[in-house]
Amino acid sequence: MNAETLFRLASLNTDYANCIDADRLEEWPGLFLEQCLYKITTADNHRRGYAAGLVYADSRAMLTDRVAALREANIYERQSYRHIVGMPALRGGGDITAETPFLVVRTMRDGRMDLFAAGVYLDRVREDGGSLRFAERIVVCDSSRIDTLLAIPL
Amino acid sequence: MDAVVGRHWPAGLTRIPYWLYTDPDVLALEQKRIFEGPVWNFLCLETELPTVGDYRTTFVGNMPVVVARAEDAELCAFENRCAHRGALICLDDSGTAKDFQCVYHSWRYDLRGNLRSIAFARGVNGKGGMPADFDMSCHGPRKLRVTTFCGMVFGTLSDDAPEFTAWLGPEIVGRVRRVLGNRRLEIIGRFTQALPNNWKLYFENVRDTYHASLLHLFFATFRITRLSSGGGVLVSETGEHHASATLAPPQGKDSSYEGLRSDKASFRLADPSLLGMHDEFHDDIQLQILSIFPTFVLQQVHNALAVRQIVPRGVDATDLNWTYLGFADDTPELRAHRLKQNNLVGPAGYVSMEDGAVGGFVQRGIAAASEELSVIEMGGAGAETQETRATEASVRGFWKAYRAHMAL
Repeated sequence: MNAETLFRLASLNTDYANCIDADRLEEWPGLFLEQCLYKITTADNHRRGYAAGLVYADSRAMLTDRVAALREANIYERQSYRHIVGMPALRGGGDITAETPFLVVRTMRDGRMDLFAAGVYLDRVREDGGSLRFAERIVVCDSSRIDTLLAIPL
Repeated sequence: MDAVVGRHWPAGLTRIPYWLYTDPDVLALEQKRIFEGPVWNFLCLETELPTVGDYRTTFVGNMPVVVARAEDAELCAFENRCAHRGALICLDDSGTAKDFQCVYHSWRYDLRGNLRSIAFARGVNGKGGMPADFDMSCHGPRKLRVTTFCGMVFGTLSDDAPEFTAWLGPEIVGRVRRVLGNRRLEIIGRFTQALPNNWKLYFENVRDTYHASLLHLFFATFRITRLSSGGGVLVSETGEHHASATLAPPQGKDSSYEGLRSDKASFRLADPSLLGMHDEFHDDIQLQILSIFPTFVLQQVHNALAVRQIVPRGVDATDLNWTYLGFADDTPELRAHRLKQNNLVGPAGYVSMEDGAVGGFVQRGIAAASEELSVIEMGGAGAETQETRATEASVRGFWKAYRAHMAL
């Protein structure tokens, strides 16, 4: 059971990273439940219990809006991410909970590459119509410093 | 040094030479004449230092500073630099301490930054040690005068800085009180946005009421702020401080943005719950951006509240420290609304991410243009308060204050 859960989680993470890195952002909200919480914060904020996020969405519709804003509204330079996602560490509890480390390398349109973010995903995942979906994904960045701007989700 | 060697700046406030954003000599002069000059620099919030011994490190320009609550509960601030060899005295962002000991040679300071002891001051076995006449009271990091206002802590290195509220003037004081009043502040998040541009480009951006609804589609499309909404910009007598306000949006059709990129009627939100405003200030102002010279911003975008501190990191690098705020008496509904509305601001904000980008566009655009001039003529040549935001009066106010402080 644990091995299967681990495999399905890893596979969910692969889909997640894939749709962001391959610029299929429209598929990204579908990996979350309709009622969900997606938040990007930092280790310092998380430790202090500060509730606000850099991005804070408490519905799948808000994630859809993020993507629509990036496509239609916001001004930022062309850039792409490469996610390297580690093995989920399973935690106990009713839902499947996991902690998964990640790295994101950002490549700008002029070729400049930076290690843009590193941290952990704190996830609560649930069965939904035969698929695992995120009930909650808290992205906890190790650094409190964001270079220039954070447009594409982590 | 009376001016920056070999540089020319035409008189007035409408032409700004680009060498001001690229010349390292200018940045060095700014440290002396502005940040360490007769101004009050934002240091931190009182709520970060509730009890005796609490401290926090911060910056005044590029000067590292420690703020601490001393034994008599007074807030004190001093340069974070050991009097011995110059190492940082305090290495953490914040914490609680009885005193501070430099890690390099264990010179020890009290919470006010007074040098209290020197390791091996008398040497060992009668040999070595400091000279007998070495006077610890003559050695120590530079100290700041500290003042508090509406829960915020400001500091100055200059004896000539005027009393704080007199320096702000009654109108700016009123606009700060309007937001922060006598309510108990609560920090709800803290983030740093590393901007790839000179600090002045960001401070100008904050004071630039002309750009807000042109660069930021969210502002124009969702009518959070439009130049055609009521409101105006208040500029303090010296130009140092400003407060811009947007009143309730125009009702019905507003065709003034037709043809502009930022008005996109087809753009709609699937979950519009982040828009709209809980009436917590009991007036007509929907959005207020306020700046205190040289590095402080107080933001109220509907119910998204934050203070921002600007820290120069080089001619083309600036740290913008965001502290998102709520109040201890927020209802759960209002707090939840703030969390959602914060999506507009900060490094990932639908609005503020664009301000993070645009300063870099200027910094890169002017790479070969140090002798060229930018044009700041919307709304005339003056820096006075205006009842429109289709003006650059408040940007000119910044330059009026800047020229006076820099003697340039």
